Amino acid sequence: MPKRDDINSVLVIGSGPIVIGQAAEFDYSGTQACRVLREEGVRVILVNPNPATIMTDPDFADATYIEPITPEIIESIIIKEKPDAVLPTLGGQTALNAAIALHDAGILEKHGVELIGAKVDAIRKGEDRQLFKDLVIEAGAGVAKSHVAKTLEQAKEFALDLGYPLVVRPSFTMGGLGSGFAYTEEDLVRIVTQGLHDSPTTEVLLEESILGWKEYELELMRDTADNTVVVCSIENVDPVGVHTGDSITVAPALTLTDREYQHLRDIGIDIIRAVGVDTGGCNIQFAIDPADGRVIVIEMNPRVSRSSALASKATGFPIAKIAAKLAIGYRLDEIPNDITRVTPASFEPTLDYVVVKVPRFAFEKFPAADPTLTTTMKSVGEAMAIGRNYATALQKALRSLEKRGSSFHWGEEDRSIEELLEVASVPTDGRIVVVQQALRKGASIEQLFEATKIDPWFLDQIVLINEVAETIASAENLDTELLLLAKDHGFSDAQIGQLRGFGEADAREVRHILGIRPVYKTVDTCAGEFPALTPYHYSSYDFETEVEPSDRRKVVILGSGPNRIGQGVEFDYSCVHASFALSAAGFETIMINCNPETVSTDYDTSDRLYFEPLTLEDVLEVIHAESQSGELVGVVVQLGGQTALGLAKGLEAAGIPILGTTPDAIDLAEERGLFSGILDAAGLLAPKNGTAIDLAGAVHVAEGIGYPVLVRPSYVLGGRGMEIVYDSPSLADYFARIEGQGIVGPTHPLLVDRFLDDAIEIDVDALYDGTDLYIGGVMEHIEEAGIHSGDSSCTLPPVTLGRAEVDRVREATRAIAEGIGVRGLLNVQFAIGAGVLYVLEANPRASRTVPFVSKALGIPLAKAAARIMVGATVAELIDEGMLPASDGSRVPFDAPVAVKEAVLPFNRFRTREGIIVDSVLGPEMRSTGEVMGIDKDFPTAFAKSQLAAYGGMPTSGTVFVSVSDRDKRAIILPVLRLQQLGYDIAATEGTAEVLRRNGIRAQEVLKFSEKTSDDAASVVELINRGEVDVVVNTPSGRSSRADGYEIRAAAVARDIPLFTTIAELSAAVASLDVQRDGFEVTSLQEYQLRREASA
Amino acid sequence: MTETPTTTNEAAVLVLEDGRRYDGRAYGARGRTLGEAVFATGMTGYQETLTDPSYAGQIVMMTAPHIGNTGMNDEDMESARIWVAGFIVRDPSRVVSNFRSQRSLDDDLAAADVVGISGIDTRALTRHLRSAGAMRAGIFSGDDALLTPGEQLDLVQGGAAMSGANLSGAVSTTETYSLPAVGERIGTVAVLDLGVKTSTLKYLAERGFDVQVVPQSITAEEVLALEPDALFFSNGPGDPAASDRHVELLRTTLREGLPYFGICFGNQLLGRALGFGTYKLPFGHRGINQPVLDKATGRVEITAHNHGFAVDAPIDRVSESSEGFGRVEVSHYDLNDNVVEGLNCLDIPAFSVQYHPESAAGPHDANYLFDRFRDMVVSTRSTGSPTETSTSTATEGSNE
Repeated sequence: MPKRDDINSVLVIGSGPIVIGQAAEFDYSGTQACRVLREEGVRVILVNPNPATIMTDPDFADATYIEPITPEIIESIIIKEKPDAVLPTLGGQTALNAAIALHDAGILEKHGVELIGAKVDAIRKGEDRQLFKDLVIEAGAGVAKSHVAKTLEQAKEFALDLGYPLVVRPSFTMGGLGSGFAYTEEDLVRIVTQGLHDSPTTEVLLEESILGWKEYELELMRDTADNTVVVCSIENVDPVGVHTGDSITVAPALTLTDREYQHLRDIGIDIIRAVGVDTGGCNIQFAIDPADGRVIVIEMNPRVSRSSALASKATGFPIAKIAAKLAIGYRLDEIPNDITRVTPASFEPTLDYVVVKVPRFAFEKFPAADPTLTTTMKSVGEAMAIGRNYATALQKALRSLEKRGSSFHWGEEDRSIEELLEVASVPTDGRIVVVQQALRKGASIEQLFEATKIDPWFLDQIVLINEVAETIASAENLDTELLLLAKDHGFSDAQIGQLRGFGEADAREVRHILGIRPVYKTVDTCAGEFPALTPYHYSSYDFETEVEPSDRRKVVILGSGPNRIGQGVEFDYSCVHASFALSAAGFETIMINCNPETVSTDYDTSDRLYFEPLTLEDVLEVIHAESQSGELVGVVVQLGGQTALGLAKGLEAAGIPILGTTPDAIDLAEERGLFSGILDAAGLLAPKNGTAIDLAGAVHVAEGIGYPVLVRPSYVLGGRGMEIVYDSPSLADYFARIEGQGIVGPTHPLLVDRFLDDAIEIDVDALYDGTDLYIGGVMEHIEEAGIHSGDSSCTLPPVTLGRAEVDRVREATRAIAEGIGVRGLLNVQFAIGAGVLYVLEANPRASRTVPFVSKALGIPLAKAAARIMVGATVAELIDEGMLPASDGSRVPFDAPVAVKEAVLPFNRFRTREGIIVDSVLGPEMRSTGEVMGIDKDFPTAFAKSQLAAYGGMPTSGTVFVSVSDRDKRAIILPVLRLQQLGYDIAATEGTAEVLRRNGIRAQEVLKFSEKTSDDAASVVELINRGEVDVVVNTPSGRSSRADGYEIRAAAVARDIPLFTTIAELSAAVASLDVQRDGFEVTSLQEYQLRREASA
Repeated sequence: MTETPTTTNEAAVLVLEDGRRYDGRAYGARGRTLGEAVFATGMTGYQETLTDPSYAGQIVMMTAPHIGNTGMNDEDMESARIWVAGFIVRDPSRVVSNFRSQRSLDDDLAAADVVGISGIDTRALTRHLRSAGAMRAGIFSGDDALLTPGEQLDLVQGGAAMSGANLSGAVSTTETYSLPAVGERIGTVAVLDLGVKTSTLKYLAERGFDVQVVPQSITAEEVLALEPDALFFSNGPGDPAASDRHVELLRTTLREGLPYFGICFGNQLLGRALGFGTYKLPFGHRGINQPVLDKATGRVEITAHNHGFAVDAPIDRVSESSEGFGRVEVSHYDLNDNVVEGLNCLDIPAFSVQYHPESAAGPHDANYLFDRFRDMVVSTRSTGSPTETSTSTATEGSNE
C-alpha cells in the first residue's frame, strides 16, 4: 500500500531531556522522522521540551512545541493543532509511555486522533513482561523461568523457586532502571523494594539467572504487508549481566553459524508478528548458553531504540527514517534504499566490515558511586568505529573514547596475572584493558573466559593484538611491512610510537616517508554488490580508496565525539547547523565524528561523512585524503566542544587552516596570565586569582586571596575537577584526589579564584566578526554563583537585571571579544556581586547554551558563527535576514521568557552499599541534559521547566525543610507562602525554631543522626514511607554534611522534588499559582511570527 | 575452542584473467587452483557455501571479513565435501569458538586440498568483479607462487570458462539412493541430482515425500520407470545452455504430466524446456539478503541466491510456451534488478524458482515453496490437473 492519504498532519512526540538510557539517539531518530514526514508533505507538529536537540529547531517541524510531555499539555496541543495522528515510536520510552497515557485517558479517542507506528496493544505486549513471555513461548522460543511479583512478600516466595542469583526487572522502566542481580535475600529486598517503586505498574519480574550467557540483538522492521527484514545483528562482547548500553558490542554477530543465526531470525520474525508491530521497527534481545546453544528471548522494544540508532549507523540503513515512512502507510518495497538509490529498502544489509561500539562512562563525576556494571545502564555516551576487521574496529573505538587509559597499552603493569584476573572478573569501565594486560602477562584464554565469560574468539583477537604489539616492539626496523601489519590491526601512531620508544609524531613521520596512508571505504549496505551514491566513509589500510575527487571548496567540521557530561547533544546541534549553513552557502561540507547517537553522523547531514575517531592522526589523514582534490578552505574546530578545540594546535602545526578564532587566540582565553592582561586593558575585573602547579603553590595563592576559593584545572569542560575550597586542609585533600589524573601540571596549571558568595551569575553567548559584536543572549542563573552553569537553571531574558547592567555586560563582552580576537562564537561568564561586575571566564567556542539561546530568541547562532568563520560579517548576515536586526541583548518587554533547567542522573548511581550518591550541586557539572520552559513570564516558564524536568511540584502535601545557617533568613518568605498555599511544613530542630519564631507552624522531625530509639521516626524514614512530598535541603559546612546526604539520597530514591538551593525553591514557590491554573501552549513558529510582527 | 595453525606469512597471489594481481597470504592447501572468481555476500554460512555443489569450478570470495570463527561441523554440511575450486577471505579466524564446532576451517580446507588466499583487499576485488564481471582467475601459493606473473596469467587464461560449461557430471551422484518420507507419506519424488544440497532433500522428505535421488545421467525412460509422483531438478553448477540432455528429459516427463519443481539450475532448465533462453549475469547473485517479490501474494521474501545465469522471460505478462506447454508466467523476480526468480506454468503442474527456498545458508522466508510443491502434487493426483495458482490477475499492472 502506498502512502495513506488520510494522514495529513502528525504529532511527533520527542524523548524529552537527555538522561542515561535515553539520549541523543532519539534526537537522531526524531530529526529523521520529522524530515521524512515533511518531505512527504505531511504537516509535522512536534512536542519535546529539550532545547538542546536538533529536532526542536523550528526548521524541522511546522509547529514546534518546546513544552513538557504530559497528557494535559499534549491534549492542549491536539486541540490546537488537530493532528490526524500521533507518532510515538521515535521518542523512546518517554514517548511510548505518553502514548499509553493519552490512550488510557481517552484523549486520543475523544479527539479522533490515531496512534501510528505502534498500536497500544502492541506496545503493551512488548512492554508487559508476562504478556511478552506468553507470546514468546507461543512463538516456540525459550524464555528464562520467571514470575511477576507485585509485593515484596511474593518476590521472596518466588525466589525460593528460582534460587539465587536471580534477576529483578521492574516493568515499564527505561534503560533497565532499577534492574539488578540479587545474590542473597538481602539484595532481593533492596532491589525489589526499589523496583516496585520505579515501575509505574508496581510490578517486578523475577527471573532465573542467565549471567555469563552470550547476548545478541536483532533489529527488525515490518510493514503492513507483513514484509519483515532484519536490519542488523549485534553481538555483545560483554556477556549477559551487563546492560547492552554498557557493553562493548559488535556488528555483525561474529560467533554464530548460519543455522544459529537463522534460528534467531525466525524467532525474531515470529515475535514481531505476534506482538503486532506492523508499521515500524523493533529490537529483540537474545541470550544463548555458550555451552549448549539454548536460546532465551530477553526482551523486545516495539520502537526505535539506542540499538537501532547504532544499527542505522553500522549498516547505512536508516531505521528511523524508514519507520516514519512505514507509519504513514508505505511498504518496505516501495521505499528506495538511500545509499544505492536503485534497490528497495525491503532487503537485509550485509556488511564487509566490522563495527564496534564502546560505552563512555562518567564515574569520575560520582566518586562515591559503585562502578560495577550491571543490568542498569550507567554509561552517558558511546563511540563507534568501523574497521575492516574486529581488531581495527575495537582499537579505533577505544581511542575514540578520548579518555586516558581507554586504549590498549604496553607500558608498565604492576599487577600480577592473579590480580588482573580478579579485577577482570567484575565488569567495570575499562575492563577490556585489564583483559588485555592479563593476556599480555601470559594469562590463558581459558583463564580469561573463566573470569569474564567473554567469548574466546574475542579474547583471541586481543591475544592477536598483543602479538602484533610484540612484533612491532621487537622488530629491527619499522619498515613498510611492519607498519602495514600494525595498521591492519588498528594500532595508532601513538601506540606504535610507544612500542618503538619514540613519540607519536615520529611514528607518523616514518609512516608518511614510507608512503603509508589509509584508504577510505564506503558504508553501502550491500558489501559492494551495488554502487553506493552516498559518501559515508571509514578508513582502512587496504589498497583501494573510494573517495571521489571533487573540485569544490571544502570545509571540514570536527564533531564532538562521544557524549559525556559537559559535552553532549548541544555541541552536535552546533556542528549540524554549521554544516547546513555552509552547505547553503555553497561549500562542500565534510563531517568527522565517531558518535553513533548523533544527527551529525547521519549520512544525510553533510556532503561527506567520515566515521572516524577524533584524534589528531585520524583527522589529519581524512584531511589529507580530501586535500587530493578541490580546495580545502579550512577546518571548523570551535563547535565540537573541547574535543575539536583540543585538535586545533596540532592541525595548525600541520599547516591546516583553522577557520574562525585562531588557536593562539584560543590560548589567550585559556591561559590565565594572558587573559588577565586582556581584562586589565579593558578595565574589567576578575575575582582575585592566581595559578599553581602544585599544592604548596596553591595554598600560597589561596591564602593570599582569602578563602573560600574556587579551584579548577585549565583546559577542561564541564567543570571537571572544579571545586569550592574553604580551607588549606581541604585544598590538600583536593590535590590528593586529583593526583594521577593528569589534569594539573606544569603545562596545565590549576586556576585558583576568589569564590564570590551570593553573587548573581550571568552567561553570555555572542558572535564577533572582528568589527561588530552580536549578542545571542544574556542568561541569568537562578542559583547563585558556585554551581556549574551546566547544572544551574537560568532565564533568558534575565529577569532581575536592569538595562544598565545588561549594557555593562554587553560592553564587557565586546571588549573581551576584541581582546581575544574572536571570529565566530564567544561565551563569557560573569558574576555580579555587591554591584560589581566580575568576569569569571571566557570561552571562544560554541557553548552548551547555543541551542537554548537560538530557540528562546529565534537567533540561529551556530549557523551565523559558521558563516562568520568563512568570512561573512554580522552586517551581511543581518542584511541576508539570517540574523534579526536587533541582537539578543535588546529583548522587547513583551517577549516570552525561557527558562532552562538541568536534569541530573543521581537515581542511576548507587554506592557499593546500594545507597544513592549525593545530589548536592557544585562547580563540577553532573547533569546529563536539560529542558526548557517558555511562556509569557518567568513564573510560568519556570513552572513548565520543572514540569518537564521532573513532573513539577505536587499541589499539596508535606514540605520538609532543613537548611544551613546561612540560608535560614532566606527561607522564611518561600516557606510562609507554601504554608499559605496549604502545604504542611516539617523541619529539623534548628530550622523549625527559626520558622516558628517567624510565625510558621512546622512539625519538628529528627535528623537521621538524632534518632536513638524506635519510637520516633527520622526524616529519612518519613521520606522512605512516602510521608514527605517535597524536600528542601541546603548543604552546610562539613559537620552536618552526612545528615544532609542521607536526606537527599532518600529524596532522590523516592523521586520527589528536591531543592538544594533557596533560589530554586523561591522560583518554584513563585510559580505555584500559575501551575495550578494549567498551561497554554505556544509553538516556536508562533513566537517567531509575533517577533516579526512587532519588529 | 581448538587451536589451529596460525595463518602463515607465506605469500600467495590471486591472478585475474584481465591481468590484475592481488598479493596475499597462503591459506588452506598450497599449490594452484583455477576457476571463475565470484563473490558471495552472506555474513554467515561459509560452511554451507563451501559444501554447496553449485560452487564447483568457482573461486569463491567472501565479502565478510572474518571467516572460520565458528569452525566446521558435520551437521551443517550441504553435501559430503567442499566443492569450491578456491577460497578467498580477508581475515581467516585463528581460533574456533562455537558449541557445535568439531573441526577448524583451515584444517578442512587443507584436507580437501582447496587452495585459498587471505589478506587481500576483498572489497576492492568485489568492486572490480562488480564492474568487470565474474571472470577466470587463479590462486598460486607454495611453489606455484614462484611462477612468473606471465606464466601465472597464461595458466589463468588457459582455464575453462564458465559459459558453455557442463559440470553436472562432476557433482552428481552416480548411484540412485533414497531417503524415506518423514511423517505422513504422500508419494515419491525423483530428484535429479545436478548438485543437490542436503537441506533440499531434508525439506522434501519432511513434506511427506519418499525421496529418490537419481544421477544426472539418467534417461527419461528410466525416470518414468521409477513411477514417481513428481520430479524435482536440483541446483547445480554450470551453464544451463550446455545441458540440452536434461532439458529434453524434462520436456519428456512434463509431457507425461509428471508434476515438477525445480530450484536454481532446475529453474533455468524448466525455462529452457518451456522455450525460454538463458543468459549469463554480469556478476551473478550470491548472497542471502536478496529481496524477491512473490507475485502471488505481493509479499517480499528475503532469500538466498547463488546463480550466475538467469532465465530470459518477461516479468510483466503471461507468456505462451513455444514448446507447447501452455501459459507460463514469471512468479517471482528480484527487486534489486528485476531478474527472473521463478516460473509458474498455468496449464501444466510445474513451477520452479531461481533462488534457494532450502536456504542453508540463508533465511527461511521461502520455505513455504516446499508446501506449495506438496500441495501441487496432491491436487494434481486428485484432479489430474494443476491447481489454478495464476498470479497474473492479482498483480496485473502493478509490476512497474
